[in-house]
Amino acid sequence: MLDHELRTMIDEVKDGRMDRRGFVQRMLAFGLTAPMATQLLAIGGAAMAESPSVYKPTKRGGGGALKLLWWQGPTLLNPHFATGTKDQDGSRLFYEPLACWDPDGNMKLVLAAEIPSLQNGGLAADGTSVTWKLKPGVKWHDGKPFTADDVVFNWEYARDPATATVTIGTHRDITVEKIDDLTVRITFKKPTPFWADAFVGAPGSIIPKHLFAEYKGAKSREAPNNLAPVGTGPYKFVEFKPGDVIRGELFADYHMPNRPHFDTIEMKGGGDAVSAARAVIQTGEYDFGWNIQVEDDVLLRLEKGGKGKTVYAVGGDTEFIALNFTDPNTEVDGERSSIKTKHPLLSDPAVRKALAMLVDREAVKKVIYGRAGRTTPNFLNGPEKFVSKNTTWEFSIEKASKLLEDAGWKAGADGIREKDGKKLKLLYQTAINGPRQKTQAIVKQACQKAGIDVELKSVVASVFFSSDVANPDTYAKFYADLEMFQIPMSQPDPSQLMRRFHSRYVATKENKWQGVNFPRWVNKDYDAAVDAAEGETDMVKRAELYIKANDIMMQDTVFIPVMHRLKVEAAANSLRPVVSGWANETDNLFDWYREATG
Amino acid sequence: MSQYVLRRLLIAVPSLLGISLVLFIVLALAPGDPFSELATNPNVPPEVAAALRAKFGLDDPIYLRYLRWITAMLQGDWGFSFVSRMNVDKLILQRLPTTLYVIGSAQLLALAIAIPVGVYAATKPYSIFDQIANTLAFIGFSLPTFFTGLLFILLFSITLDWLPFVYTTDIKATGFRWVVEQVRQAIMPVMVLGLFQAASMTRFVRSAMLDVIRLDYVTTARAKGLGQARVIVKHAMRNALIPVVTLVALQMPAVFGGAIVTEQIFRIPGIGSLLISSILSNDTPVVMAVTFVFACLVVLFNLIADVLYGWLDPRISLR
Repeated sequence: MLDHELRTMIDEVKDGRMDRRGFVQRMLAFGLTAPMATQLLAIGGAAMAESPSVYKPTKRGGGGALKLLWWQGPTLLNPHFATGTKDQDGSRLFYEPLACWDPDGNMKLVLAAEIPSLQNGGLAADGTSVTWKLKPGVKWHDGKPFTADDVVFNWEYARDPATATVTIGTHRDITVEKIDDLTVRITFKKPTPFWADAFVGAPGSIIPKHLFAEYKGAKSREAPNNLAPVGTGPYKFVEFKPGDVIRGELFADYHMPNRPHFDTIEMKGGGDAVSAARAVIQTGEYDFGWNIQVEDDVLLRLEKGGKGKTVYAVGGDTEFIALNFTDPNTEVDGERSSIKTKHPLLSDPAVRKALAMLVDREAVKKVIYGRAGRTTPNFLNGPEKFVSKNTTWEFSIEKASKLLEDAGWKAGADGIREKDGKKLKLLYQTAINGPRQKTQAIVKQACQKAGIDVELKSVVASVFFSSDVANPDTYAKFYADLEMFQIPMSQPDPSQLMRRFHSRYVATKENKWQGVNFPRWVNKDYDAAVDAAEGETDMVKRAELYIKANDIMMQDTVFIPVMHRLKVEAAANSLRPVVSGWANETDNLFDWYREATG
Repeated sequence: MSQYVLRRLLIAVPSLLGISLVLFIVLALAPGDPFSELATNPNVPPEVAAALRAKFGLDDPIYLRYLRWITAMLQGDWGFSFVSRMNVDKLILQRLPTTLYVIGSAQLLALAIAIPVGVYAATKPYSIFDQIANTLAFIGFSLPTFFTGLLFILLFSITLDWLPFVYTTDIKATGFRWVVEQVRQAIMPVMVLGLFQAASMTRFVRSAMLDVIRLDYVTTARAKGLGQARVIVKHAMRNALIPVVTLVALQMPAVFGGAIVTEQIFRIPGIGSLLISSILSNDTPVVMAVTFVFACLVVLFNLIADVLYGWLDPRISLR
């Protein structure tokens, strides 16, 4: 089918001249599947459409107590100070954003009345502003009304460096103004196709102006409500002990009908993932366990005749091996892995390609991740419309050996390949975490068979991921040849993730290793594709650009994707949790309920 | 006496200062930083973490940070948690009751088992009772608490389904039910800790008692025609308890310090779990406060033990 024809039809749907069902049926006639057709619509800018709710209860309350088990307990309850996702999860029980993400990565309204679009005038055609209409009649837990002033205040609060928020990155480059009591406009400095960053999802939760106005800036830490949130959410705050427990109770004036289902809520922290799985799946002491990173065969064993089961949510988190394009063993101006150097071994594309063939993704999935992983040839694995179909992967020691052989890497007396006196010896580092060390072992074994000597190194996670400039073992310094980690995708949009590997973000001593392009990979075509995508308001073209960017990366073998990881949670059999791979676990809490029969 | 106490307290000051200095330097030199979690969040640009580090003074030289900390501590300001953004004293006080209840009960249980069993075993050395008690004691202190803890959970929570294994501080019940629930959830951790302590203490009491029971004055007491119970309790035990008092006094700080492993297994929100989570997240002010208070308690209870000696055995004079 012609691209033009398709576009006309998408436009017709957008303008309302053709209904969505009609479009999907026409597509089916062309041999496309229904999900594919809806996907096309989504790409075509009719995106951000709300899908129907699965919520069944017909009255507010009556669901009893909901007991959540977070094995790392939230330590603070102000979304602007949330250092980790656990803190966002905790704050999100009480505070709400304008909109959140449902399991399919679609936008769902919370405090906003409608999803901004070109049709309703919410989005500027040039992509430089977005106007949100707020839901009328929303009340804070203390009875005060929620208005546009609160939204504007959150922007002022977060962007003030003296407040020391972690959300400053989202807020410092935008302008938020009040149009009327129930309308706010966000203006961007440049065209921003992905406008749903500020005030969306758990990190975008809104705190009340009337309680925090006095504590903006340097006095932020003194605000009594930092520890006793007053939000708009389905549950009202009762008690908080950092790292231990959060309790809440049903908010009778909640703005969504028939919600919430539960009368009280408790979030308990502490312990470890395995015993959390036990407490939910085996003994049923708790209803929901967060982030159950436990080996699959352990979970399968627990699930046998248990009181709960595991729940999976698909997002875009990819575990990958990054290849260093600079030389970690040569010091230039007091800096190793300097952008001024070239990696002696990995600068040969044949070596990089051979390495990619030596990562047995199927074995990693079978032995380690099980149901919680999917093999993938791509770095960018979601949302669906941004996933490249042009790439493939394979595991073959023979082919890898041949590739190296042809490129002149011949096996020496000790079985290790060498060329021009350089031996194929690589240092492969990652954070300490069971699955990661097992993956390292699988990769090392295959490499050995192909004549590559791999030395393994594992660093404590708190060091590996730290921004400590003085420490040589951080992932930003990358004083190794290969390193493995994952970058969580917290929004159903690839812009943040892909931007990281633009050549201007190369990590160097000069920027105190704050640049996020750790492989120190420089590619003009990639830069151009990402730059173009950031300003592209045509959603079809934008998706194409990101797919192209992914393909360039894979062609250059900057990363070797190891596993597309799914979120794993544990839930009681009767609980109907709604968990999105694109958001915090508690982002859709208002839709959770318990089925009467187990 | 009061002069002795005063002198001991004065000697304690430099040693506490030294302890705090060592603690601080070790923590400052340890790798990692409290904002490392931010680095993995793509939403947060790295300069945000850097700005936070600067704001909380983490980039200043160590001696400046130490001076700042010690002056604040002397004024009673325990510091401010980077991770929870609240005052450390509040954080600790919140956790203290649970630790006192669980660890305190465990210590009491240990004493309640160790003293009678140890004393009785010593009065009849190498009897069947003594053999059994000894064997059990050896098994008891050879098994680490994380092992017995998991074993208890598997047996009592999962197989038998009698006891909960997640400790909650807010039990939704009142009156008698509340007490029952409170006891029920503490049974496993108290047993695990208490039996472990009791095992080593039993051995200790037994040997202390054996030393005393053979002395001439005990034989004299018997020769006077005193009953066995009276001889043992009044004459032998009082003297045998002196080394036990030292042991117990040195255990007391642990009652405040919590038990890291056991608290982690049973999710008890005590000082031990606060300490370990703070160490893992590099929350220096909390780690400093907890360890420093612990050091103070050790010094204090050592002093108390020494004072108690004088009371138990008037022959020991304190000068």
